[in-house]
Amino acid sequence: MKLNYRIVIFVLAIVFGIVFSVPSLLQTQNGKKITLGLDLQGGLHMLLGVKTAEATKSRIKSMAASIKHFADRNDILIDGLSFNDTSVTFEVLDNDEIKNFDTFLAKLEGVKIAHKGSVITLNLTPKEIAKTKKQAVSQAIETIRNRLDQFGLSEPVVARQGKDKILVELAGIKSQADEQRARELISRAAKLDLMAVDEDRNARVYNMSDADAAAYGDVILEDVKSPKIKYLVHEIPILDGGMLTGAHVGFDKNNRPVIDFKLNAEGADIFGDFTGKNVGKRLAVVLDGKVYSAPNINERIGGGSGQISGNYTVLQAKDLAIALRSGALLAPIYMMEKRSVGPSLGADSIKASMVALIGGFVLVIVFMMVYYRMAGVIANIALIANLFILLAVMSLFGATLTLPGMAGIVLTVGMAVDANVIITERIRELIYEGKSMHKAVEDGYANAMTAILDANITTLIASVVLYVYGTGAIKGFAVTMSIGILASMLTAILGTHGIYQMIEPKMGKSKNYRFWLGIKG
Amino acid sequence: MEFFKYSRTFDFMSKSKLAMLISTILVLASYAILATKGLNYGIDFAGGTIVQVKYDTKAPIKIMRAKLQTNSLFDGASISEFGSPDEVIIRMKTSSGSVTKDIGDVTRTTLKGTGNYKVRRVDIVGPKVGSELKEKGLMALFLSVAAILIYVAFRFEWRFAVASIAALIHDVSIAMGAVSLFQIDVNLDVLAAILTLLGYSLNDTIIVFDRIREGITKSKNANLAGIINESITRTLARTTLTSLTTFFVVFTLFMFGGEIIHAFAFTLLVGIVVGTYSSIFVASPILILFGFDVKNYHSKLAEKAKREAEKNRMREQFESGVM
Repeated sequence: MKLNYRIVIFVLAIVFGIVFSVPSLLQTQNGKKITLGLDLQGGLHMLLGVKTAEATKSRIKSMAASIKHFADRNDILIDGLSFNDTSVTFEVLDNDEIKNFDTFLAKLEGVKIAHKGSVITLNLTPKEIAKTKKQAVSQAIETIRNRLDQFGLSEPVVARQGKDKILVELAGIKSQADEQRARELISRAAKLDLMAVDEDRNARVYNMSDADAAAYGDVILEDVKSPKIKYLVHEIPILDGGMLTGAHVGFDKNNRPVIDFKLNAEGADIFGDFTGKNVGKRLAVVLDGKVYSAPNINERIGGGSGQISGNYTVLQAKDLAIALRSGALLAPIYMMEKRSVGPSLGADSIKASMVALIGGFVLVIVFMMVYYRMAGVIANIALIANLFILLAVMSLFGATLTLPGMAGIVLTVGMAVDANVIITERIRELIYEGKSMHKAVEDGYANAMTAILDANITTLIASVVLYVYGTGAIKGFAVTMSIGILASMLTAILGTHGIYQMIEPKMGKSKNYRFWLGIKG
Repeated sequence: MEFFKYSRTFDFMSKSKLAMLISTILVLASYAILATKGLNYGIDFAGGTIVQVKYDTKAPIKIMRAKLQTNSLFDGASISEFGSPDEVIIRMKTSSGSVTKDIGDVTRTTLKGTGNYKVRRVDIVGPKVGSELKEKGLMALFLSVAAILIYVAFRFEWRFAVASIAALIHDVSIAMGAVSLFQIDVNLDVLAAILTLLGYSLNDTIIVFDRIREGITKSKNANLAGIINESITRTLARTTLTSLTTFFVVFTLFMFGGEIIHAFAFTLLVGIVVGTYSSIFVASPILILFGFDVKNYHSKLAEKAKREAEKNRMREQFESGVM
């Protein structure tokens, strides 16, 4: 036995491999572990798109509302108030008031104001449009994250992808019903509005068109229980969900679940004033464009709390409360890509790929041993070390193991012995040329080096490109392949060379080529 | 144990004409299959929906089909067995953009009454994502070929690079032909298999080329065919062995890895066989075809060595302060 620097490094690498792969292999409490991909542990992967155009539209809408509000309060007559996705146009009828209006408009941010006679047009600046869109995505991410945090799943992933896409990954969803519940929670706009019913005209609501309603500054809304029941309400809400401070599940006197909400101080003031002035009229509680209830106002309601009743189950009420608490989505989201895997399918995939891994591993190990004898055993040691190091590196980086990643590990088993095959073949060749065992080993390594390097580097190039351009689970394949290749260079080249040098005193003098190399010599 | 004895050099190059003929036929046949049958793009690239349902007993495919026909959402849906008789997969070309309610949810309710089942997988890929994945996939393919080409040209010589890429195109074409022939769904995993194949097939070719390069540098003989024969023979054991071990593991993956990994394993399986063949019979003859000249290479090497020596001499002079 002879110690050398190669064997020392190799042993250290093995120790590193074993120590850091233990947490993953034995699933210990502490230590960094490999996380299983959603395709192996089951879960939901979604790529959501954000309809950002809706965000600028609602921005313009609220701008139009405040223009109308300003005109009404100051008794300025305006006409032809209209808007599209990025601009508002209106005409000030009294020329003397244009100046007044200008001072008000100057306070609005991110718009370009154009005058054409008495017609004023407000255009959102391109910068403002971009900003609004960006904000809509950020806000959506924030809101979805808030909602999921309260949903009770461990470590939900919510991240921006590209400019206007959101990646959502949920592990540990147990059933499809649960999954649907999560999706409903995420996508719910949860826009709460308290709106005044237009009691003067509500009686005629069934004979009105949307345009008729708009002429009065009203909108027609359907009841949540039946689209046949309709309400005519003032378009500009009394207040909206932005003034909520809390929402919880409660129960009404019939013991049905309801949502109790609380308003902030400003909201409570507005609510109190409004209810005080409108006793005898109705107040519509509107959620996502549907009227949930429209109770009569019996007296001034101070304190700023209210109730939303609907026909929901306790679970639905709970999710709705979460959605209300975490705020409304500014822009609607839609599904671009979804991959959901049930936990039982994930378990099946793990089982199947483990069988393949172990089967392939045993085949390779036995084959190497039969074909190369001692040299095969040494190659096998390198292969096992390679697997441990691969697992250790993945654990340390907290890498995700996907099904393609498992395939990558299986493939590594087949390809990692390549370097040793090349080397051993070279050694055999030199023995046939009549070189001594010692010389054959040393020259064998030297001769094999360029081939191994070139071959591994090209494979590495392909894996790196795959990593950069691959998506999702495929990235996992590239990761395991790359780490496997790098680890094999360490174990198969350096490690086995170390072993040969260590046993050199014994092997160098031996003439038993069959035992050491599997040949007659 | 030994498969091949070193005492004898096999004359591969005499068979190169036959090999070229076989390869040309195979590649052309692959293109013919690709042209007529086309690639069966799966949802990753074409967009669409997949719902995987597992029953406790054998899946009642006929009843399922009848049930699904009652809902227009499932127009054009195909139902087929997936791996085992109790597992089926429903494929649709359409995809819904709704987050709240998707086809998986609808399937779950529509199939009610067909037995005890579980929806195990729902994959939805919108058209935009599909085309994006396709674009990225092609980009990856192109980039890895380009990167490898540059590396090989830098490490060897341009003719080696061209020959290895020709072998690559040969392997990938035939593998794709097989994928088309068996109408395997082309998804991201098949792309990954093709990219792995790129690396693998190249790996094989390079080992042979490395030996040829070594043979050229060492031998005084200018007979390229002789050098190639010698080099391929010497690497033959390695080529077969590594191909065998890799084949073993991919084969176990194919047999036991589960239905989801099937397409990946299949593509690789074909690729390994073709890749091994091409690194022996295809890549090297191309070297001759392109007129690689050993003498020329020798003189280039000599020149390079001279330049190197000149540089060293200058450096020595500079360091000893002569200049």
